[in-house]
Amino acid sequence: MSLPEELRASRPAGPRTLGGALATWLERHAQSLVGSLGRLARQPFATALTVVVIAIALALPAALWLVVRNAGTVTAGLGETVQLSVYLRLPVTAEQAKKAAAAIQARVEVEQAVLVSPDEGLAEFRALSGLGEALSALSDNPLPWVVKVRPASPYDSAVAVEDLAATLRDMDPVELVEADTAWVRRLHAILDALRSLVLLVAVALAAGVLAIIGNTIRLEIDGRRAEIEVTKLVGGSNAFVRRPFLYSGLWQGLAGGLLAVGMILVALAVLDGPVGRLAAAYGGSFALIGLAPRESLAVIGGGGALGLVGAWLACSYHLRRIEPRA
Amino acid sequence: MIRFDRVFKRYPNGREALSEVSFELESGEMAFLTGHSGAGKSTVLRLIALLERPTRGQVVVNGRNTAALRRGAIPAFRRQVGVVFQDHRLLDDRPVYDNVALPLAIAGVPRREMDKRVRAALDQVGLLGKERVFPLELSAGEQQRVGIARAVITKPPVLIADEPTGNLDPDLALEVMNLFHRFNAVGVTVMVATHDVHLLERFRVRRIHIEQGRLAANPHVAA
Repeated sequence: MSLPEELRASRPAGPRTLGGALATWLERHAQSLVGSLGRLARQPFATALTVVVIAIALALPAALWLVVRNAGTVTAGLGETVQLSVYLRLPVTAEQAKKAAAAIQARVEVEQAVLVSPDEGLAEFRALSGLGEALSALSDNPLPWVVKVRPASPYDSAVAVEDLAATLRDMDPVELVEADTAWVRRLHAILDALRSLVLLVAVALAAGVLAIIGNTIRLEIDGRRAEIEVTKLVGGSNAFVRRPFLYSGLWQGLAGGLLAVGMILVALAVLDGPVGRLAAAYGGSFALIGLAPRESLAVIGGGGALGLVGAWLACSYHLRRIEPRA
Repeated sequence: MIRFDRVFKRYPNGREALSEVSFELESGEMAFLTGHSGAGKSTVLRLIALLERPTRGQVVVNGRNTAALRRGAIPAFRRQVGVVFQDHRLLDDRPVYDNVALPLAIAGVPRREMDKRVRAALDQVGLLGKERVFPLELSAGEQQRVGIARAVITKPPVLIADEPTGNLDPDLALEVMNLFHRFNAVGVTVMVATHDVHLLERFRVRRIHIEQGRLAANPHVAA
């Protein structure tokens, strides 16, 4: 009785050179990689469902982030329109008012100071308010002289405008200074809050993606229980058993990221027309900012990373419990 | 190669499977493990394959004390022990090739060598040409031989089998047992649990008899 060379002697199985080991390692990974893709393809419905859920979970924070960023660009142009209204004391003469306006105009922070007389003010008010008849009933003009001040370029930030307002308030015939910075501040505060919200939503949904992937991988592990047991029985390490599941998670995460980017592109295409018309209606032109290529890659890569981590977590928890029985 | 030193095994459910079992199998030796169903044969094999650890005493296989092995070292240990199961434990959704090649895939053997060795192993068990067949398309005897091919493909120094002929008719059983004998002839330490009287009479190898969890001094064969 004899055995062929291939079954004789117990020389350790496996590659013997470093290059061979690397080639084998690559080959094993290539096998797991293709194998896990094949398994996903064999369950198209379940896979698609998981991918869509992941895509939505990734697209939501990304879209919210785009909203915040677009809102940021819209409000960035608002600095120029910040105006101060300087109301002069009652009563002042036209001479005093002109002197005050000239003094304001002379300041370095001021781009332009326009003096509005009580009559001009009343005319404007009558035209804009629609209270023409009622205003005619007034015996005399109750409006003060007003200087409308537009800040110069480096002094048009909200803080600088507040400072300017404080300075003007201390000038002599000035009764009241109204700076329209409060709403700009509010808007910026809202945007800051939204940015934090984006972060929170992103973190919450990332946890959701981990849970989704983890659950999908758990089901996959349950479905391949017999195979895992036998593999462990003949000496398969945890790393060997885990590898196809990690690839599975990675693929689904990457596909989810890809689909999320696609969803955002579609949404942008759909919104571009209406937003353009909206901007036109306000007498401006505005183009939506989309995802930069780097950001698209970040979304896809984030999906892949979450998939991998989710699969890893599921494996380290569930594979431990599967020990071979004989 | 296999040494049991006053091994005591109690399962978590309280059942005492083995007590005070001591024996040693030299490298290259072959032995039948005999005894009634439930006598503890399977427990002995499970301890050798490190599917269980002894409650007390020592099990040393291939120079390694199973009690001292860390969890992470178990896979490498199992690759040194070929195991054949009564119910084959084949993957029914994979062809014969994949089943037999599984231990090589785990060991990271390159594809070309894998092909060669799978063919050699299948040739040995008389299944050459069945690479692409699925296990359920094979007869019970053929399935068992696929299981044997898988157990020996990594050339383990130790080969154990739990009632490998339990479901086979006498001719097939003889054939399968001849296979084990041939592996033993080239230096593999072989331990086969069986209660097949005919086989026991046919092969003149050492018998280790277990009765109610204890080693019996005078093995008698149950009819």
